Amino acid sequence: MIVTVASGKGGTGKTTVATSLALALVDEHPVFIDCDVEAANAHLFLSPEIRESREVGIPIPEVNPDLCTACGRCAEVCAFHAIVVVGKEVMVFPQLCHGCGSCTRQCPEGAIHEVSHLQGVMQHGRAGGIRFSQGILKVGEPMAVPLIHALKSWDVPDDEAWVIRDSPPGTACPVVETMVGSDVVLLVTEPTPFGLHDLRLAAELAKILDLPAAVVINRDGVGDAGVEQFCEKEGIPVLMRIPLSREIGESLARGIPLVKAEPGYLPAFQELAGKLARMAGSGRMGEGAEA
Amino acid sequence: MKIAVTAEKPNLESELDPRFGRCNYFLVIETDDRSFEALENSAAGASGGAGPQAAQFIAEHGVEAVVSGDFGPNAFRALTAAGMKLYKASVKPILDVVDAFEAGELIEVGEASGPSHKGMGSSAR
Repeated sequence: MIVTVASGKGGTGKTTVATSLALALVDEHPVFIDCDVEAANAHLFLSPEIRESREVGIPIPEVNPDLCTACGRCAEVCAFHAIVVVGKEVMVFPQLCHGCGSCTRQCPEGAIHEVSHLQGVMQHGRAGGIRFSQGILKVGEPMAVPLIHALKSWDVPDDEAWVIRDSPPGTACPVVETMVGSDVVLLVTEPTPFGLHDLRLAAELAKILDLPAAVVINRDGVGDAGVEQFCEKEGIPVLMRIPLSREIGESLARGIPLVKAEPGYLPAFQELAGKLARMAGSGRMGEGAEA
Repeated sequence: MKIAVTAEKPNLESELDPRFGRCNYFLVIETDDRSFEALENSAAGASGGAGPQAAQFIAEHGVEAVVSGDFGPNAFRALTAAGMKLYKASVKPILDVVDAFEAGELIEVGEASGPSHKGMGSSAR
């Protein structure tokens, strides 16, 4: 049972919801993955004890100048212009490379071999009953996807176990990578035109990926009715509303998760988990029926 | 001497395009007689790697110097590896840029003068 908590807009409360969902399910020993590798922050709320670290790299080309004839085949096949031939010199731009290996395979002289280029680090540990992992993208590296991909396949529990992926904001490649393979997407938004604008994009992404989506409205009570109307029109269930509250805000600013600051939310998050499980279950049955 | 100037339009009356990797056109100009060839920059709309792609393209045209507004780190690395000298000019008509180049008034760029991705998202006027 894999839930991805996403939002489109940043700062709507993804991590607030994801960490409280994990804490509400703590007796079931959920797996929590902070996939926002550019700015991992769930650790501030869950305070995990990190026990293991692993480096993640991608294979990038290294050219042997003795064998290279500067024929330009490598530059021709590179979709990302990460390898170019200027004059007699072949240059590699590691930050542009996606590690696909095309240049290495296509080189007619066998002059290219691959070396690992460090993208970042994965960390794993325990936060009470929660199996916690996060990725830290190396500063200066622009590509988050390989690290997120590695994170997803690091701690894979049984099918019945809960996995909660805390997504990066936006709807670009890192979010796509986070959502792929999930059973259900939980979109956290705020009831403002900004929240709605990005919710539309995120909901559309979930649709394209053929994933059932549900919404949590955070800071309920402000803004307008646009988000509600959108959800109703699109048939996206609103499973929870969290009011705008100074007390909640102050607790979160001190790193206290919502369900710890206000234990009254525990049953609400357990109920939320139940609804998500039912959505994912019917989604799977639907797929089976189609096949 | 053959130089390349980044241009908004494919003629000498055009203004300089301040972006290197994502400029609209390269004007390859013979400074002696002002004869020129306008080359469309195929890297202008690249999703990534416009700098290296444009650098490779212009390196194939045998120019000794490139004039633009700014050069990003990737473009700088590739252009200097190809042995080209890089000069920075402000946005003004290409002919004035060539005059300034010949008068030795342009500043030679010794390191990347602009950040990565600067030309992304901005469109030509």
